[in-house]
Amino acid sequence: MTTMTAQPRAEAAATDVLAVEDVSVSLAGRQILDDVCFTVGAGQFTGLIGPNGAGKTTLLRVILGLQRPSSGTVTVLRRDRSRRSTAVGYVPQKVLLDPDLPMRACDLVALGIDGHRFGIPLPSKRRAELVREMLHAVDAERFAGTRVGNLSGGEQQRVLIAHALISRPRLLLLDEPLANLDLRSGQEIIALLAKIATEQRVAVLLSAHEVNPLLPVMDRVVYLAAGHAASGTTQEVIQADVLSKLYGHHVDVLHVHGRVLVVAGAASGPGEDLTADHAVEAGSG
Amino acid sequence: MHQLWTWVFEPGFFTSSPVHVAAGIGGAVAVVCGVTGVFTVMRGQSFGGHALGDVSAAGGSGALLAGLSPLLGFVGLGIVGAGAMDLIGVRRVRGRDLATGIVLGAAIGLSALFLYLATYTGATSGGPQQILFGSIFTVTPGTLPAVMGLSLLALAVLAVAWRPLLLDTVSPDIAAARGVRVRLTGLLYMLALAISVGLSSLAVGAILSTALLIGPAATALRLTKRVGWAVAAACLIGVAATWLGILLAYDSYDWGPSHQGLPVSFFIVAVVFAAYLLAGIPAARATRHQPVAAPPAVPPGELDSRVAA
Repeated sequence: MTTMTAQPRAEAAATDVLAVEDVSVSLAGRQILDDVCFTVGAGQFTGLIGPNGAGKTTLLRVILGLQRPSSGTVTVLRRDRSRRSTAVGYVPQKVLLDPDLPMRACDLVALGIDGHRFGIPLPSKRRAELVREMLHAVDAERFAGTRVGNLSGGEQQRVLIAHALISRPRLLLLDEPLANLDLRSGQEIIALLAKIATEQRVAVLLSAHEVNPLLPVMDRVVYLAAGHAASGTTQEVIQADVLSKLYGHHVDVLHVHGRVLVVAGAASGPGEDLTADHAVEAGSG
Repeated sequence: MHQLWTWVFEPGFFTSSPVHVAAGIGGAVAVVCGVTGVFTVMRGQSFGGHALGDVSAAGGSGALLAGLSPLLGFVGLGIVGAGAMDLIGVRRVRGRDLATGIVLGAAIGLSALFLYLATYTGATSGGPQQILFGSIFTVTPGTLPAVMGLSLLALAVLAVAWRPLLLDTVSPDIAAARGVRVRLTGLLYMLALAISVGLSSLAVGAILSTALLIGPAATALRLTKRVGWAVAAACLIGVAATWLGILLAYDSYDWGPSHQGLPVSFFIVAVVFAAYLLAGIPAARATRHQPVAAPPAVPPGELDSRVAA
């Protein structure tokens, strides 16, 4: 299931945008992440896949500098991730935009330019032009003047992506952007992100609990399970032996009509809930 | 024509010195409350604003007992209360109700004590009424500079915190990831809120202070979909309501045979409430007639085209 676009990108990926090295995190005495290692190259589309509770959000928070790892380092553009910057764009999980929030889509995108600075923004032609450009890039021009709270889930995602992209980050992190979307909106968002990764050379790291919707566009996958991570191309990672090692018990990888199903092996006792979990997920894809 | 004029503006309205002071202070307070109120409603902290009103009441009662200026008590204890709420956890949405409830309860208890002692010592007969329900006509001209200074301070704080505050309102996660010092931003907002509520307590009384803070802002948010316009509208509505309330209260001296005027705070709050109800009419119409825009169909080939590219 390699994508044909993976080839030209792999060449350009000589400079890594993100390097996560031996990152471990324990929260309240519980080991959430254990020696996680992977890199993301410029303009690459990387899926961060794992069941619920695998530590995806924690890992993203570490990359953002919002969570300090117990050990290990995170470097963004070869700089240590202790200082937060505009080099990383972020679309968090389940942002609920209040229908009463007096903000149009274009206002929210504009806030992405300099929302972290003090003071009141002054309107300018350049700002307006930048916002229009960005709304065009995410195909959101038609609802630029609508209150963000009145937009659908997929439309809000587009606006939030534009908000995150307008400061021209080299890396875009999205936490479960498909969680609240119907299948069609989800596919549109993935296609959009893949386009952005290619055209604007922004590396995309997107977390999801299901691998199938991402298969057509992913250059690389980081698979998280039980605090451990395996990374590589989808072919390298979505393998029975790799995932079995990750989960700590036997799992099978089945290919059905171009889709992948990860199911716990028949002999494994403790993995029964996993079977149910993934069977449902695969079914919904 | 002249008769109508004198019927609307009772003789002496424009020459009365208490009216001048009231209009000046009321106008300044309404502007500050308009700006702060929009952020308060957007952030869903109306209940917090109300709790600070009760803290102001305790401060005002304490000042009354100690023989100090009520404004000092209103604003001073309000700022302390805001700090306490921040410490208890007003930042976390879950901790917000708790922080507010605890501070509110403690404040009302203090008010009860101070007002009891103030009435008991008998030094001030109308004091409790004054603190809780206010009368902008009794504010002394000497208070004007302090009111203007505090108003400018609150407006300056909000102007500085404007953008990060908006970003934090949209999503605290995004704000933190962008490097916004969310704790500092939240504290600046709470400071502006405490000053606004203190000023509002002086104008319409501590109990009614929330009305002037939330009413015009909530009305404005019904009318516009832009933050800047909402702030401008909230200020205009607040100033109009305050001045109209002052006029009605002034006129009310001639309404009854006893020439006993009705409370000015009542009129201000009544106008604010009426404005809120009126603003609901266009909003309700808009939602009824709003066509549901269907998203344009996406050609099925769009997703696959990337794989083929």
